[in-house]
Amino acid sequence: MAEKQKKRLMQGNEACVEGALYAGCKFYAGYPITPSTEIAEGMSVRLPKIGGKFIQMEDEIGGIAAAIGGSLAGLKSLTATSGPGFSLKQECLGYACLAEIPLVIVNVMRGGPSTGYPTGPSQADIMQAKWGTHGDHPAIAVTPAYVQEILTETVRAFNLAEKYRTPVIVLYDEIVGHMREPITIPAPGELAVVDREKVTCKPDEYFPYDERFEIPPLAPFGTGYRFHVTGLNHKKDGFPTNDSKQIGEGNMRIMRKIDNHLDEIWKNEEIGLEDAEIAVVAIGSTARSARYAVNEARSMGIKAGLLRPLTLWPFPDKAVTELSKRVKAIIVPEMNLGQMVLEVQRCSKKAEVLGVHRVDGEPINPGQIIEAIKSFK
Amino acid sequence: MSKRYELRFSGSGGQGMILAGIIMAEAAAIYGDKNAVQSQSYGPESRGGASKAEVIISSQPIDYPKATAIDCMLAMTQEACTKYHGDVKDGGILLIDTDEVKDVPKGKFKVIGFPITAAANSELGKTIVANIISLGLITELTGVVTHEAIEAAVLSRVPPAFLELNKKALQLGFDSAKALK
Amino acid sequence: MSVPAEKKEKISVPFDYNKYLRPGKLPHIWCPGCGHGIVLKAMLRAIDKLGIDKDNVCVVSGIGCSSRTPGYVDFNTLHTLHGRALSFATGIKLARPDMKVIVVTGDGDALAIGGNHFIHTCRRNIDITALVFTNAIYGMTGGQYSPTTPLESIATTSRYGNIEPPFDTCEMAKAAGATFVARGTAYHTLELEKTIYEALMHKGTSVVDIIDACPTYFGRMNKYKSATHMMEAMEKDGTVSVKQVDKLPPEKVAGKMLRGVLHKIDRPEYCEQYALLVQEKAQAKSK
Repeated sequence: MAEKQKKRLMQGNEACVEGALYAGCKFYAGYPITPSTEIAEGMSVRLPKIGGKFIQMEDEIGGIAAAIGGSLAGLKSLTATSGPGFSLKQECLGYACLAEIPLVIVNVMRGGPSTGYPTGPSQADIMQAKWGTHGDHPAIAVTPAYVQEILTETVRAFNLAEKYRTPVIVLYDEIVGHMREPITIPAPGELAVVDREKVTCKPDEYFPYDERFEIPPLAPFGTGYRFHVTGLNHKKDGFPTNDSKQIGEGNMRIMRKIDNHLDEIWKNEEIGLEDAEIAVVAIGSTARSARYAVNEARSMGIKAGLLRPLTLWPFPDKAVTELSKRVKAIIVPEMNLGQMVLEVQRCSKKAEVLGVHRVDGEPINPGQIIEAIKSFK
Repeated sequence: MSKRYELRFSGSGGQGMILAGIIMAEAAAIYGDKNAVQSQSYGPESRGGASKAEVIISSQPIDYPKATAIDCMLAMTQEACTKYHGDVKDGGILLIDTDEVKDVPKGKFKVIGFPITAAANSELGKTIVANIISLGLITELTGVVTHEAIEAAVLSRVPPAFLELNKKALQLGFDSAKALK
Repeated sequence: MSVPAEKKEKISVPFDYNKYLRPGKLPHIWCPGCGHGIVLKAMLRAIDKLGIDKDNVCVVSGIGCSSRTPGYVDFNTLHTLHGRALSFATGIKLARPDMKVIVVTGDGDALAIGGNHFIHTCRRNIDITALVFTNAIYGMTGGQYSPTTPLESIATTSRYGNIEPPFDTCEMAKAAGATFVARGTAYHTLELEKTIYEALMHKGTSVVDIIDACPTYFGRMNKYKSATHMMEAMEKDGTVSVKQVDKLPPEKVAGKMLRGVLHKIDRPEYCEQYALLVQEKAQAKSK
């Protein structure tokens, strides 16, 4: 074990593989796509060695569908993709939300729309991660910015997926996915790993969507609990219903199970916000630029700070609202034409909100953010 | 070193620029006592096209992972040199392969030339080690990592059968750089 | 026609379907005259012959009339998305190779929106049995032409006659690599039971194309007088058994679809190959 904790240089996507395995992932199904392919490659080498299952499917849809199948059979399951592949996975993502099937989906964001700029970074899937699939549904997305953090946030994504019985998205940009940094792999036990709640009742008393539970436990297929799963609105026994009361209640429950636990799901990093007059809200590689910019601004005597959501969805409403009451301005740099800034505007009660945007495949550099900070001085 | 030291390795796909970046980052962060971040940008080609790898080295945590004011840049091809030299800072080093880069850019940086690919071929019989010679040159020219660290990093990435070849390539870089300083 | 004595014993009717039907889930949604119920019964009788625990059977479907089948049967059941049943099923089978995984799908589900998954499932030869309920129409959405609708047939989206040639499901499955390919009909119900049983017993991807007329949409639009008339015309008279085909004069075979086991070969099964890979290569290499 001592050897495992040695520092090593690792790529973001490789750290994602390490995180998934640390969390107990035993099933991967996916389709090759730049810039996320290293995750599939890594899982194809590692899973067979531990008796896990890896399959390269015929397309992106097959990838997520097979991963849902693997999860229903009781294995912690992962699929990974980018850009166009994330679009293709949306229907199945909604299925996993409604059927309440734990699953982790990694989306390494590349330039878009369409085929766009496959080897270039973007953060233009922020809204798609929340609203990409049709219908109202719960959404959890975690947004690491450092290679070490990709590992720990992938573990957290599995934990959230298993605990809340819902798909969780690990969302990071190409820069973070492809950069290499020294990291250490945590020893077993160092990070919490949440396993799916076991079903203990008798089979004839089991209901996969039992409304007496906030999050009903999910029995794996083939373990004596013969039940039905459908993507139709359903009753507590999993069978389709046309009853408006049952439809409404089912739709509300899958939202409520997340909304009632926001404080547990939210996670932010705050830098220099105690006395900040100007705040930056940023995720992923842009947050790294922002951190650099905030430090530079401080050295120029400007009281700047950074709020970095590690849980992007559900959006950290409370933190942003509180921040907006304390600061003069909030700057939202993001590699898109204005997505997260809309959420910050929604939550902001007083502060002025300014977006800094870029969609040319180049990162937002610290200089751009410093300029924005200085514009409020 | 409290400030950032920025390196850029550029050439065409297949010349091992990204591997050179990885080795440099490992020399600094794994075999040295500094922090390092390596990133890259590349086109759709696995071979050809302009490719670059960047390494930021610092004794402090590194936030912004990309190069903005480059301390040392390597250009193995004319295309890469023309495309990527713009970020080399005043007083920085631009190391070029003299057989490849004929149109040498003007700037307030120092241009150092060496026939890297030709040396790999004539001295060692293998063009493939040109990137390792470059690492030797850069290490000696900049002192950003120690000889021991870069050697350990190179050798950890090389198959056993090629250890000697790569050691020689690195040494060729060290030795040649002394004459170029 | 008299049935030989040894064959009589194998026929499993009368049969207690309640053993496999979920209480309270009937009546089904299928129209009067639809053959899906007949196919469901043949499937249950075939599964019964396997003699395996209901806990170890998983029935997966996509979207459409036939894909409602899993809801009625007392197994591990999964009603997925349009076209995706085989991919979900692949995940379950790979995760739990000990389970018997059956996919119930329609011709539109399997061959149009799910066509890619269909051919690649066959190519992998993963041990899944796909029962394709072929009614040559999209019934659930009200009668649009499907990839198996015959030329010139009328549908709500081919009011002037269908100009797209249909797929031969069995030829496609065979070409894509399925190692067991058969065709049955709802009309030949006992033969269908036997065919499905053989498909379930086969190791590898098995496909059974089941001709199963839709009187409500296909029948009414294409001037069939009744459901029985349609079954007789399409299923009885429109097909010929592979066992008889050599004995019949060419004019009695022309334009008819073959019934029975059309293709059966041995080829390594995907999950077994994966297990070998794990044992012999991956784990050995990690030592």
